[in-house]
Amino acid sequence: MIAVNPYTLTDSATMLRRNLRRMRRYPSLTIFIAGIPVVLLLLFVYVLGGTLGAGLGDVSWGREEYIAYVVPGILLITVAGASQGTAISIAMDMTEGIIARFRTMAIARSAVLTGHVIGSVIQTLLALAIVVAVALLIGFRPTTGAAEWLAAAGLLALAALAISWLSVALGMVPKDVETASNLPMFLVLLPFLSSGFVPTESMPGPLGWFAEHQPFTPIIETVRGLLLGTPIGNSGVLAVAWCVGLSIVGFLWSRRLYDRNPAS
Amino acid sequence: MTATGVRSAIRATGLRKSYGDLVVLDGIDLEVAEGTVYALLGPNGAGKTTAVHIMATLLAADGGDVQIAGHDVAREPDAVRAVIGLTGQVSAVDKLFTGEENLRLMADLRHLGKVDGRRRVDELLERFDLVDAAKKPAATYSGGMRRRLDLAMTLVGDPRIIFLDEPTTGLDPRSRRVMWQLIRELVASGVTILLTTQYLEEADRLAHRIGVLDKGVMVAEGTPNELKRLVPGGHIRLSFTDAPALERAALAFDGAVRDDESLTLQIPSDGRVDSLRALLDRLDAGSIEVGELSVETPDLDDVFLSLTGDHDKEKVPA
Repeated sequence: MIAVNPYTLTDSATMLRRNLRRMRRYPSLTIFIAGIPVVLLLLFVYVLGGTLGAGLGDVSWGREEYIAYVVPGILLITVAGASQGTAISIAMDMTEGIIARFRTMAIARSAVLTGHVIGSVIQTLLALAIVVAVALLIGFRPTTGAAEWLAAAGLLALAALAISWLSVALGMVPKDVETASNLPMFLVLLPFLSSGFVPTESMPGPLGWFAEHQPFTPIIETVRGLLLGTPIGNSGVLAVAWCVGLSIVGFLWSRRLYDRNPAS
Repeated sequence: MTATGVRSAIRATGLRKSYGDLVVLDGIDLEVAEGTVYALLGPNGAGKTTAVHIMATLLAADGGDVQIAGHDVAREPDAVRAVIGLTGQVSAVDKLFTGEENLRLMADLRHLGKVDGRRRVDELLERFDLVDAAKKPAATYSGGMRRRLDLAMTLVGDPRIIFLDEPTTGLDPRSRRVMWQLIRELVASGVTILLTTQYLEEADRLAHRIGVLDKGVMVAEGTPNELKRLVPGGHIRLSFTDAPALERAALAFDGAVRDDESLTLQIPSDGRVDSLRALLDRLDAGSIEVGELSVETPDLDDVFLSLTGDHDKEKVPA
């Protein structure tokens, strides 16, 4: 499945350098990826936070408590939101004809895709750093130590990997950039239907069930536990399993789309 | 027609491809000898690009097989990719990158190493007249510059066989001439080239052999001279000053092609003096006033039109 090509690593590194350079040439995409979650964070904390905080458990709770609750959700919004950028950049590549050139060169088949995915994970981590900085600035106070921070960062990177592989596939499904930029929209909306903004128990029947069982909820619960010391339970295992599973699905799907005949 | 002892760089037999009910290639055979230029000539939609995409490992054929430098495209695509280069219709450059960065990228992907890569990039920038534009993003390049960069990128890996899919479409006359010169230099260095074109003049000037492709079928194949011989002779072109004169002349000459808009009549002729005299006698006998007369020898336009059964008899301006 993974081609035995001595140059797989070299070629992937070359492609990664290409994508990072493109990101620098086109910085508005990265700014957009970090900007949307920052706006949402401020919106949820300052507009809705007072009321939502009181509904979390104790009526005496408010904005302060809601910041702590909502940040893990916002972090996952950041991860999911990056999918649009990834889909756009791979779709741009596909329409520009340079991919056809790559396909006719004796380079490792997966290098083009790997370059996009790793580039987009790095882009997501940069955006996450910006979001965390803003969160800390407005009063987010994590209660755990460095090891837990590192574990949370690791899990977020894993989630970014899964989302990136899926978005690379989504970016290759349509033939035009416009459609490609809209396809990952459901990924962007999914974190809202999770435990990220309000507890799943507060949602009505089927919606609550969906929110409880969709992949973002265990990831958010695990990040929340790692940063704030809330109980994690089996969420950690579920989170890692979802990320690995979705990465594999995205990888295989992308490979198939990349190998399919171009033009029709 | 390949001379004995010369290896063929490209050999395709019975190439077929369809999309659903639409047959794009209906059993194409072609052979290109090493170090020569082969032009695949045809109108839009003839199947030229599809044929090139199959030969360049971009597309799988439904039937037939293709050998590139002795390697089968379906079974050993990577061996084929190691010896070929493709410059397609859609410009395959990274527009956010500068010309130099695009070439560096190719050098990295060809695993040339730092020193060799840099030398090769500098050499190509020089040769393709891109030194001044080297540090500018490709998005700012003119059509001709982008096409030159595109070809330069193809050459980074020193491919032995190059596919050029409509290399001059959309270029201004000067850029087109520059491109032709670059192609000639490549051939002189021993590279084999298969190019597609809609321009008859281009095929005539560059190619050793030409295949005329129409609706997925190779309707003729040979050297430019062989193809010209397929059309029995040239024609005599008469221009008239009014429509009634054209009308009378058209009635007097069977098999003549009339054009009511330009008030001209094309009469098939071998261009010899006695047949010209006979024609003039006939015009005199019918008292037909002729504005202008010109004798035209056959060119590839005539071949093209007679072979592809083009519906309008309009000539493609060369």
